[in-house]
Amino acid sequence: MADKNNLLANKARRSFLGKAAAAASLTVAPGVVLQSIAAVKSGTEGVSDNTRWGMLIDTSKCADGCDACVTACASENGLPVHERPKSDPVWIRKVKLKDNLTDSVTTLPMMCQHCEKPPCADVCPTGASFRRADGIVMVDRHICIGCRYCMMACPYKARSFIHEEIVLKPTHTPRGKGCVESCNFCVHRLDSGNETTACQEACQKEGHNAIIFGDLKDSSSEVSQALRNLPSREIRADLQLNTGVRYKDI
Amino acid sequence: MKKIHFLEWGLNSPRYWGILAVLAAIAGIGGLSALYMEHNGHWVTGMSNQVVWGMPHIFAIFLIVAASGALNVASIASVFGKTPYKPLARLSAVFAVTLLIGGLLVLVLDLGRPDRLIVAMTTYNFKSIFAWNILLYTGFMVIVIVYLFTMMERKAQQYNKAAGTFAFIWRLTLTTGTGSIFGFIVARQAFDAAIMAPMFVIMSFSFGLACFLLLLMYVYRADGRELGDSVVLRLKNLLGVFVASVFYFTLAYHLTNLYATENHSLERFILLDGGVYTNIFWIGQIFLGTLVPLGILYHPSLGKMRNWIAISCGLVVLGAFSQLYVIIIGGQAFPMQMFPGKTIIESGFYDGVNGMAASYAPTLAETLLGIGGVSVAVLMALVVIRMLPILPISLADKDVDPHAS
Repeated sequence: MADKNNLLANKARRSFLGKAAAAASLTVAPGVVLQSIAAVKSGTEGVSDNTRWGMLIDTSKCADGCDACVTACASENGLPVHERPKSDPVWIRKVKLKDNLTDSVTTLPMMCQHCEKPPCADVCPTGASFRRADGIVMVDRHICIGCRYCMMACPYKARSFIHEEIVLKPTHTPRGKGCVESCNFCVHRLDSGNETTACQEACQKEGHNAIIFGDLKDSSSEVSQALRNLPSREIRADLQLNTGVRYKDI
Repeated sequence: MKKIHFLEWGLNSPRYWGILAVLAAIAGIGGLSALYMEHNGHWVTGMSNQVVWGMPHIFAIFLIVAASGALNVASIASVFGKTPYKPLARLSAVFAVTLLIGGLLVLVLDLGRPDRLIVAMTTYNFKSIFAWNILLYTGFMVIVIVYLFTMMERKAQQYNKAAGTFAFIWRLTLTTGTGSIFGFIVARQAFDAAIMAPMFVIMSFSFGLACFLLLLMYVYRADGRELGDSVVLRLKNLLGVFVASVFYFTLAYHLTNLYATENHSLERFILLDGGVYTNIFWIGQIFLGTLVPLGILYHPSLGKMRNWIAISCGLVVLGAFSQLYVIIIGGQAFPMQMFPGKTIIESGFYDGVNGMAASYAPTLAETLLGIGGVSVAVLMALVVIRMLPILPISLADKDVDPHAS
């Protein structure tokens, strides 16, 4: 009888310990997981200038009427639409050009050109506009005071000011009213090891492949090879900003 | 010249407090407008992602530029040793500081994040002319207050010339910096020009002196002090020279642009078919703001009449606002030339489709914010001249003109 009682007590103790352990792991695990994610994403290793992210846009493949890249960017980064097109933020847009002499028409996407010498970063009074070592031009939203001088200075009209409250924000794109922002080459993806941007992915999915993205410093990357083999140019090359985005056939 | 005695502004109390109350109310409305803009976000203003600087910047830059210009009268006295200007030096310094405070208030309250002013004051990117300007503006206030002290404190008078010279150099640097905010913008055709810096300096001479003359004539008339022709005519002649100089710089700017084919479309936009900007340029800046005041100021009889001088000062201020509107708003409205030789026929972000200019219509709130800034500048000046001996008891010819009998 005593043995039986002991057995029951042991069983109860074991079950209690089991539950306690389960509860403990349930409590601690998310923290551990989050911490490990944070360790990966916090960029503690830092980015280096061994990489320079860049893009080649083959305008001959960019389809007239297609705006897959624009839509993908808006949904990836949670760009709000208040139905006020003059003040709603736009990170990438489609532009259609006609040559004044020949009437030939070109369509292309325009976004932050990720200059090596970005005028936006030059003029920013607080240094909120900056260029990362890996070539991405970004805004530090903790110190942006919303003066919009960078928007005056950007030769590509690539920047948007947040004109009103944003209710829903994706966790990877923190942002708020009163600051300036622009395309950041989907930096959250790059920092977690994914080497595509939302616009490139969307363009590929549509079967156009007009956007090639990658590391300009890696001579074997697709973008480097394409740039080597195809004639391309910078927009406003006269400013000698050495842009990270190049265009073919304009 | 006789010894000059200074005395606080002696307007009777009810009238004085009444004026302060009106100015405070206007300033208050400006403050509420800023609150409304900040609470809702800038979409409630006429500003957009196309025209990012609007009415508040016109007012702020006008006040900042006028501030350094208002100091000129003091500089002429202590740096260039012209004694007839000496009695006016204190008022000149006071108005310079209050105009600057008014301008900075407008500029700060228009920021997307005015709550981060402390960030702007502590985190600097020294490649930015804007960052330099923050230092130039705050430095200007400190230096001019010290300069004022050397005028008013007998023991500090030995430093007056040194302080005045330093303030003069500082103010030239400050306006060079303000002009360079535009001069350094390589992206936009209307701005990217070295002439912006000296043009803003000469604009400051003109705008600042017009504001100073208006204030001087008003405060002297209000409390019944004598203000002789010797002072007024000297200042109005100087104003005429400054207005003509601004005109010269405007001419040089446009002629240079007209020579280069790449700028023809910009010049066509400003001078011929830019709609509101063309009208403001020709009617506001050139006709009402330049030719009419020049005609009045140098007219043999009108040019000696106080009311006409006041009208021409008012017109110079109107011309100043017109000029800043054309430069700042017109310069942004004109589409950026990203693809020379091509026409943008469709765009998802207002890239000047078929050469169309970006639209901007100032709203009431942003205009009231600007007017509030002007009000703050005048209000503070009136408080200071009431509390401190800033104004000479008399500026009658016999008291200030060395040649008067």
